[in-house]
Amino acid sequence: MVAEQPFGLLAELTYRCPLSCAYCSNPVTLTEYGDELTTAGWRDVLEQAAALGVLQLHLSGGEPLLRRDVVELTRVGRDLGMYSNLVTSALGLDRRRAEELRAAGLDHVQVSVQADEQEMSDRIAGTRSFDRKIEACRLVKELGWPLTLNVVLHRQNIHRVGEVLALAEELDADRIELANTQYYGWAWHNRDALLPSRAQLAEAEPVVDAARARLAGRMEVVDVLPDYYSEYPKPCMGGWAARQLTVAPNGDVLPCPAAHALPLPRASVRDDTLDHIWTHSPLFEAYRGTGWMPDPCRSCDRKDVDFGGCRCQAFQLTGDAARTDPVCHLSPDRHLVDDAVRAANRESVPLELVPRPHRAGAS
Amino acid sequence: MESVRLAPHVRLRFDAARGRHVLLSPETVAVLNATSADVLALCDGRAVDDIVAALRERYDHVDEADVRTFLERMAARRCLEVDDGR
Repeated sequence: MVAEQPFGLLAELTYRCPLSCAYCSNPVTLTEYGDELTTAGWRDVLEQAAALGVLQLHLSGGEPLLRRDVVELTRVGRDLGMYSNLVTSALGLDRRRAEELRAAGLDHVQVSVQADEQEMSDRIAGTRSFDRKIEACRLVKELGWPLTLNVVLHRQNIHRVGEVLALAEELDADRIELANTQYYGWAWHNRDALLPSRAQLAEAEPVVDAARARLAGRMEVVDVLPDYYSEYPKPCMGGWAARQLTVAPNGDVLPCPAAHALPLPRASVRDDTLDHIWTHSPLFEAYRGTGWMPDPCRSCDRKDVDFGGCRCQAFQLTGDAARTDPVCHLSPDRHLVDDAVRAANRESVPLELVPRPHRAGAS
Repeated sequence: MESVRLAPHVRLRFDAARGRHVLLSPETVAVLNATSADVLALCDGRAVDDIVAALRERYDHVDEADVRTFLERMAARRCLEVDDGR
């Protein structure tokens, strides 16, 4: 399988974060990521990525604004012609920083909010943050950026989706991503308390559909449904190592941000060029294309539609990353998903959440 | 639609790695064919009539209806700002 050129680089600058969301997609073992790449190291990564064909730069984390060099790295990306997105909690996005980022050529800002109102948002984020987020959203619009509101949906806030959409409208957001929680990392540990019930989903769906119709042409409403309730798996990452790559704070290179958990040989920009890793490393070659697929994927006419689903989910649920995503109704492992769905639809579900720590070794 | 310009949050550029023009916007990369790139490069606030005229200098056959359909599609995706002249 010949590698195509990647379109996007997810640059996870740091896993440090002022929030402690219980569904965080960062690795559960944060201790390995304290040794962060230097500014020169990131500059080199960005230059290599541009040469490899990357056009979109997602500056993410953790909280990328905790890196003092985020303005400088934004400028590097801009000079390389990349379209840059800042994916932020907005804590640390004060006027001075925002104006510096604007001058450095940042193209787009994505701000996370955890709910539509302060008490719930702060509770889920684990810190007082809602008011500052809203202030930052207004600043983003004032400085002329397109604004995306990122909202992770789950059992404890999905009933507020209508109010969340109203907030996005009031803030004049250009896009909203309503992303149901995906169960990796911290979210996996908190799955029982996060997975919504079927009734909750049925209630949310018409609200989102109506908002999408009403806001057409003004706001893009991106809706990521919970795949546990789907018949077919998601086309994860547009296929393994097909469109995007992730570089972790310590220089590890991954086909997707959750792939650090898989038992595959590690790849790092400290040891190899990005080009070599993308094109030849065992990690990136492992599930590229369709040759690795077992049945039922191998003989399925949807294998080029959903690419066998998500390797990380297959590993998380079955211990074998090369199996069909258990979400698929044709998977022999679907009962593992059905068990979780059944648990989420019992009358009483424990809602206690285990927060992620702000940084390695602290909480 | 009277006149059109690229929306401020999108960027049209040539991508040397692919040898194609691309239109970049939040979370989206559109790899363009040569004619789409030519049309979008003319969307600088000028009248649609002038865009069609400029295209006719470069191409033998330019269907105005096709150009307008393309522009409307791009406007619906919020890649273009439209002035209806009202």
